[in-house]
Amino acid sequence: MSWRRRTLPDPNGAELAARLRDRDRTAVAPALNLVDDRRPNAREQARILLEALEAPGVQDKAVRIGLTGAPGAGKSTLLDAMVRRARNRGESVGLVAVDPSSRHSGGALLGDRIRVRSGAADPGVFFRSMAARDRLGGLAEGARAGVLILGVAFDQILVETVGVGQSEGEIADLVDTLVFVAQPGAGDLMQSMKAGVLELPDIIAVNKSDMGPIAERTASELEAGIGLGVGDRKGWKRPVLRISAQEGHGLDGLEAAIAEHRGWLADSGELERRRRRGRDRAIEESLTLRYGSFGVEALGGRVRLTACLADAPNEPGARLLARLSDQIELALRSGTSESTP
Amino acid sequence: MAAVPSSVLESPDRPWVFRTYSGHSSAEASNELYRQNLAKGQTGLSVAFDLPTQTGYDSDHPLARGEVGKVGVPVGHIGDMETLFREIPLGQMNTSMTINATAAWLLSLYVAAAERQGVGAGDLSGTTQNDIVKEYLSRGTHVFPPEPSLRLISDMIAYTVDEIPRWNPINICSYHLQEAGATPVQEIAYSFANAIAVLDAVRDRDDVPADALPKVFGRISFFLNAGIRFVEEICKGRAMTELWEELGRERYGVTEDKLLRFRYGVQVNSLGLTEAQPENNVIRIVLEALGVTFSKRARCRALQLPAWNEALGLPRPWDQQWSLRIQQILAYETDLLEYPDLLDGSHVVEARVGELKIAAKEELQRVLDLGGAIAAVENGYMKQRLVESQSGRLQAIESGEQIVVGMNAYRETEPSPLTEGGGGSILTVDASAEQEQIDRLNAFRSQRNSSDAEAALKGLRDALANGDNVMPPSIRCAHAGVTTGEWSDALRAIFGEYRAPTGVVAREAGMADEATDKVRARVRAAGDRLGRPLKILVGKPGLDGHSNGAEQIAVRARDVGMEVVYEGIRLTPAEIVQSAADEGVHVIGLSILSGSHAVLVVDVLDTLRESGTEIPVIVGGIIPEDDARKLEEAGVKRIYTPKDFDLTRIMDEIVDVVEEAHPA
Ligand code: B12
Ligand SMILES: Nc1nc2c(ncn2[C@@H]2O[C@H](COP(=O)(O)OP(=O)(O)OP(=O)(O)O)[C@@H](O)[C@H]2O)c(=O)[nH]1
Repeated sequence: MSWRRRTLPDPNGAELAARLRDRDRTAVAPALNLVDDRRPNAREQARILLEALEAPGVQDKAVRIGLTGAPGAGKSTLLDAMVRRARNRGESVGLVAVDPSSRHSGGALLGDRIRVRSGAADPGVFFRSMAARDRLGGLAEGARAGVLILGVAFDQILVETVGVGQSEGEIADLVDTLVFVAQPGAGDLMQSMKAGVLELPDIIAVNKSDMGPIAERTASELEAGIGLGVGDRKGWKRPVLRISAQEGHGLDGLEAAIAEHRGWLADSGELERRRRRGRDRAIEESLTLRYGSFGVEALGGRVRLTACLADAPNEPGARLLARLSDQIELALRSGTSESTP
Repeated sequence: MAAVPSSVLESPDRPWVFRTYSGHSSAEASNELYRQNLAKGQTGLSVAFDLPTQTGYDSDHPLARGEVGKVGVPVGHIGDMETLFREIPLGQMNTSMTINATAAWLLSLYVAAAERQGVGAGDLSGTTQNDIVKEYLSRGTHVFPPEPSLRLISDMIAYTVDEIPRWNPINICSYHLQEAGATPVQEIAYSFANAIAVLDAVRDRDDVPADALPKVFGRISFFLNAGIRFVEEICKGRAMTELWEELGRERYGVTEDKLLRFRYGVQVNSLGLTEAQPENNVIRIVLEALGVTFSKRARCRALQLPAWNEALGLPRPWDQQWSLRIQQILAYETDLLEYPDLLDGSHVVEARVGELKIAAKEELQRVLDLGGAIAAVENGYMKQRLVESQSGRLQAIESGEQIVVGMNAYRETEPSPLTEGGGGSILTVDASAEQEQIDRLNAFRSQRNSSDAEAALKGLRDALANGDNVMPPSIRCAHAGVTTGEWSDALRAIFGEYRAPTGVVAREAGMADEATDKVRARVRAAGDRLGRPLKILVGKPGLDGHSNGAEQIAVRARDVGMEVVYEGIRLTPAEIVQSAADEGVHVIGLSILSGSHAVLVVDVLDTLRESGTEIPVIVGGIIPEDDARKLEEAGVKRIYTPKDFDLTRIMDEIVDVVEEAHPA
């Protein structure tokens, strides 16, 4: 017996937004698919969807946490523990994990859920893996849309990326609190300091503290590094925590630090600035991707673009992106018609 | 005049132990099979347990659905163990049990059953496989994380060395590594890394005095594989024999020759046995058996051979008998056992052995530098290397570089009288076996003294918490009527569970042939049409640990440009459906080899339908033709079996399936 294929209606951005705001879980996957869809009609519906999700007040509920760290540091194990704890408190969780794409084939292996089993077949947990694709350094656009969608439907959002290279720069402004999961072991650490990884995180969690002295040494070195002012920021003293994702040690402290950081963000006005930076970065990336540096030049160059973004601090990203795209297209069209003999 | 030394031995060698790996349906049916096999001249038993028993679930656990009595015998409690060995005198038997995560429990049941036969533990001889590292790397019936697993193993070694001195508490397995794709060098290196992890753990125990270590070393036996390249396999056996002696002397200070001897059993290669022209497998099996018996210096102690219909499904008693007869002919009709080592003095063999030893030592050192076998399991190093080797093997077959007669070459064939009857050429386990076993379990539970069982379980939990040896309280649990699921749950609660790395992030093959390029272009075009890149979920429902096929499909799908979600083995249909929907995949590919497809694939289809998710499903694995038809009727879009070795073609058809689901 085979079931008949229903022809699905084209996804409707406004309807999906409404369902998401009602926390309808079945709207989440179609919404994520829609914002990933590059066809023109889908783009338009995606804009409508995201614009609705960026309306004032809609994004205020969820806590957004980012996790980065070298491969094997224990990010997945920590995610698993955090999901379990959130579920025990009755909170729902949306997760995004970003994995690299193959340069050669464009394909990707997305296997990050191996250790994240606590949410399996639990409707209170939603997991979406994303391939970084060939975007230069980047996933700001896709991940940002993902965070906006999940942020409406779930209480807590967790974003995971491998913390080497540019990707954590991309997510730093998409989340409220970026946690760097440090792997005990000095060599690793010196490298991360060099790579400037420590510039971005708000909280540093040295994992595997059950391993004893080696973890403690790493923690002390990190404390010293921060003491030297690496990636200093005003008003927030970045804690170095000792945790064991596997044994569950230090996770109360981690959660407390996340809550404290979030409080500081809100009080200091940094939350708004950060979200705006996330918006701007995603717009810049999208424009460059679609029109190349040529397109940005047509708009009047980088400086002009930055000014456009600064002039519209409260405009939803999706609308602003559409507006700037229109401007570029217009400029390009008139440019080509002028040069036509 | 000095007498010319005779070329033959004064008296022929005793043959190795003949075994047949078997068990199915119920303890009763398996007992009957064992007694028949012994009557046919088999000299040792080799017990295959079903997957719920191996992974510590009672037959009525939701995860046991579709798996009870399928690929082995269910043993849920002492009653089953007694039935399994009814009228088989355990004091005279040599029993090998393929049991790992729950080995301490099954050995406890065996000891308890023997005691009830009036046989003391000290009189038992046999083997518990009990090798956890290769479970993570290949076999997939692990339960607990590495550290507590290693503790269970070393508990058993410490216990048996005194209490069951003729027992091999662990069989370091390289067999399964080769089945997962390992080259001979990887087989040697990884199994030795594993042995070192185990021996170091025992050495570091407080209750094992330093002077007992040589005895422990002497109790460690191996379980090897032998592939079709039988000359190299002979050399591998000799290389391992030499390396083992070196390891004993150098690392563990063993001096006594007897304790330095490399003792091993064998199951010959099954990975290379084909579905196409399956009668040819008999020839392969014979040559492989020769590989581990030819050289006296490196001859196996025990041998079990797969059957000609290995790639079709489970063997029937007649199929297993044929394989037993191969062994008997080799041992009793040929003159093999009349000679001393036939290869001593061969420069060629010596050179090959030397090369293997050097390469294996290098790779072993790499693993030790990473922190040893456990670290190289956790960080995925060894598993990734195995997945790469398997990819290489499959590419060589696909391109024709490696010839497999009847499969990728010489394919024209007369109809085979062996498979003419269709479904009749394999063993099918009666669908009612599962319910009958559950009924027996319930009856057993209602008859036992539950306060005894509870008290014994409490003793077990206390012992575990105190760090006491797991064996004595487990034997008490066995006598008190504790079930396999209860014993395992007690350990799960304390140790937790472990999911091992999948290895699929291994290096990309970067296939550059024309056919692959064509598929890549199609994948890209389909993605463009659908608005986003093709995304596939490769899922393994149930307790089945056969991961090769799923891994290779996942890797190849990535290599042709798909975005692939693969989450490893042992998922429930509900988990698979939720993942597929949340991840927004275009197609679900299920891989099932353990025979539970009839139940689990239909469960996935039903769950999809109930949740209103429309994603096409394809299936691969050991799917007999009759079942394939039924699954297609139930809605499965494509079905693949071992004869479909052309992965590029499979990828091409996956694009077809996606396009059919999204007509232009
Ligand atoms: C290798 C092997 C093993 C290895 C597995 C290593 C690993 N990590 O995968 C080891 C040694 C560990 C093993 C163990 C066992 N095995 Co085994 N094993 C095999 C063997 C010899 C080959 C399977 C294989 O890997 N082939 C290579 C891969 C690449 O091929 P494949 O999986 O068939 O995949 C191809 C197609 O089927 C298809 N495909 C497969 N999956 C998918 C998925 C998708 C989406 C698509 C598109 C295509 C596709 O594409 C692939 C390309 O050609 C088969 C017999 C045989 N010759 O087929 C028995 C076999 C599968 N094993 C069997 C059994 C019983 C076991 C055990 C359960 C025994 C026991 N009682 O303990 C154990 C336990 C395993 C467990 N935990 O579940 C039985 C199953 C019987 C049944 N179905 O009725 C078989 C058939 C042997 C037999 N005749 O008895 N096994
Ligand atoms: N000792 C100890 N080991 C841990 C801890 N957390 C994780 N691990 C182990 O570290 C290894 C890597 O953990 P993962 O969670 O996969 O690390 P990851 O950062 O997600 O790694 P990638 O997926 O490769 O990026 C695993 O073997 C874990 O079991 C911990 O707190 N203590």
